[in-house]
Amino acid sequence: MKYKSQKVAYWFFALSMLLLVLQVTYGFIMGFAHMGYDGLHDVIPFNTAIAVHKNLLVVWILSGFMGAAYYIIPDEAETELCCPKLAYLQLIALAVVGVIAIVGFHFGWWEGRKFLEIPRELDYLVVIDVLLFLYIILVTLWKGKKRTTTALVLSGGLVGAALLYLPGMIWFDNHAYDSFFRWWVVHLWVEGVWELIMGGILAYLLIKLTGVDREVIEKWLYVIVGLTFLSGILGTGHHYYYTGTPEYWLVIGGIFSALEPLAFLGMALFAMVMYRKGEKRHPNKLALMWTLGAAIMSFLGAGMLGLAHTLPQVNLWTHGTLVTAMHGHLAFWGAYGMLVFAFIAYVMPNLTGRKRYFTKTGEYAFWIANVGMILMTSAFAAAGVQQVAMERIGGFDFMLVANELWYHFLVLIIAATIFTIGILMFMWEFIKYGMPTDSAMQSQEEFQPI
Amino acid sequence: MLTKRQALLFFLIGTFLFSIIFIGLSFDTVRRGIPEKTHEENMTEAVVKGRVLWDKHNCMGCHTIMGEGAYYAPELTKVYQRRGPEFIKAVLMSEKPWAPRGRKMVAYGFSEEEANHMVEFLKWIGEADLNGFPPEPTFKKYLKN
Ligand code: HEC
Ligand code: HEM
Ligand code: HEM
Ligand SMILES: [Fe+2]
Repeated sequence: MKYKSQKVAYWFFALSMLLLVLQVTYGFIMGFAHMGYDGLHDVIPFNTAIAVHKNLLVVWILSGFMGAAYYIIPDEAETELCCPKLAYLQLIALAVVGVIAIVGFHFGWWEGRKFLEIPRELDYLVVIDVLLFLYIILVTLWKGKKRTTTALVLSGGLVGAALLYLPGMIWFDNHAYDSFFRWWVVHLWVEGVWELIMGGILAYLLIKLTGVDREVIEKWLYVIVGLTFLSGILGTGHHYYYTGTPEYWLVIGGIFSALEPLAFLGMALFAMVMYRKGEKRHPNKLALMWTLGAAIMSFLGAGMLGLAHTLPQVNLWTHGTLVTAMHGHLAFWGAYGMLVFAFIAYVMPNLTGRKRYFTKTGEYAFWIANVGMILMTSAFAAAGVQQVAMERIGGFDFMLVANELWYHFLVLIIAATIFTIGILMFMWEFIKYGMPTDSAMQSQEEFQPI
Repeated sequence: MLTKRQALLFFLIGTFLFSIIFIGLSFDTVRRGIPEKTHEENMTEAVVKGRVLWDKHNCMGCHTIMGEGAYYAPELTKVYQRRGPEFIKAVLMSEKPWAPRGRKMVAYGFSEEEANHMVEFLKWIGEADLNGFPPEPTFKKYLKN
């Protein structure tokens, strides 16, 4: 069933796409700076560019998650959103806080803490906005007719993400404490509660796209999120190897973080097996491509490339080098970026009533963006390995090595251009769909037999 | 075959168990581990003031410290041991962007006092026990033997 209030999701996706374009722009600024062209240094120094790049990343992904939740929860709970007007207010508040934060970064209004640069005063506004969001989601779920596993896992992830923002809001005089609790936010988000959100969205998409029995999908959903927490919670230790924390984290972090890829392997198998099992075929092929793509690329970027540097013996050498940037890009894109794209691809025909299920532009967008991102990852990998070999193993000075790496950043910029063409094509499709309509919300979805 | 209920139990028990262990270990790290490892007793007022400056100017947006930050500028964990206080003060008090090897730092033009605080902070961090990070370059060790 579809409900009119689900339309609000569209605006979260529009915001998400807009912020992604801005994020990529700042990515290029940094790519050029690494290559030696830092002409913007006086206006946008590197630390401003990277703060903007990372925070926009987090906000566009979260905006995508929120849009997805506003669409999924009414459907699963079988009721209208409790208060659609508040949802629009929450959207505007999110956009305003985001814009203030980004502008502030250009004037040095920030905290120098990786990923958590948003200053304290704005943190409170973020908290209010998120509480408003959770209020709408939870009340809708409460009032609804059903509380499905998919909806519960998704909401659990969202509540967890909100709670875990709080440890990042404490000031410590000792820098090592700051680092310690920063990971409660960053790690326990991307390798913990966000995986619940991912699992919930993935399960919803698979139920819709493959027609496999809900009970089967939701059973495996529990197994996957079980694996996530089993490995991911103690896996936080892989950030506590060399940051002023006791030695036992080397053992615990090493063992448990090496198990983390299992959860991502689970997601990939989950998606592929359900796809094969499916007895109906939804005509929205693009959505299926992005869904399977997200499940597979998350395993590669987060699972495999994470595993590559997660053992303490390896991490001692790669810690804090461009090897980390390599993993960061494919992991964020594969797991969360592609998931948001998958959801948008699925939802646009439903919201607008236009059945543009499979267009050439849409198909090329998928391939071009992903080839571009894989090439970007390779460029970071080559740069990272050379950096480790020369600086960490060879003992050459950082800047001497950095000046040698420019050609990898030339490759990075070319690859990033390909990636950007891909995502712009996707956005072009998004725009061509037009706005959501009430009449579209009344029509039913269709399936094809295979 | 696994039932949905069993799957739920697996999720709940695993999450509960490992959360408890994690909280227990974190408690030990916070109470005993970090103060010992970072020699908290040497954390003077100047060190804390240096840390405030570190946070305020987002040095981590270009540099790494304890291997965390951005990968655009030198690792600073051992910079005090590597370069000594006078060099660091020259970098921080420079009125023009510091860039002897081509890549520009922000020209902070710190006062003498601010620069001293930052130096104290970097000295303190450099003395922390980081379980062997940053590692001694293999090649240098090899040459020594
Ligand atoms: C815009 C990026 C940027 C920011 C922000 C920045 N730095 Fe730098 N810093 C650099 C670069 C690049 C170098 C290396 C310059 C060279 O050697 O050519 C450097 C060099 C240094 C050095 C000398 C390191 C060495 O081994 O030669 C110190 C110390 C230093 N910075 C401290 C700081 C502190 C403290 C802050 C914050 C107040 C800071 N930097 C902020 C880019 C930055
Ligand atoms: C979708 C999931 C994931 C995302 C989005 C992600 C993203 C990131 C990012 C952005 C960083 C840099 C963090 C910082 O320095 O502030 C990082 C670091 C790291 N990640 Fe992941 N990651 C994911 C999953 C994994 C998994 C499953 C593993 C292990 C198997 C892993 C292993 C690591 C390690 C060891 C580091 C530390 C690198 C260093 O020492 O510099 N990651 N990750
Ligand atoms: C397409 C254009 C892009 C370019 C040119 C680009 C380039 C860069 C560069 C140069 C850095 C800084 C590395 C450093 O020196 O510290 C960086 C950091 C980062 N970027 Fe991008 N990026 C792009 C797109 C993206 C996208 C689409 C994502 C996520 C989906 C992303 C996620 C990240 C993350 C997580 C970091 C922090 C990594 C870390 O510190 O380990 N970037 N990017
Ligand atoms: Fe992690």
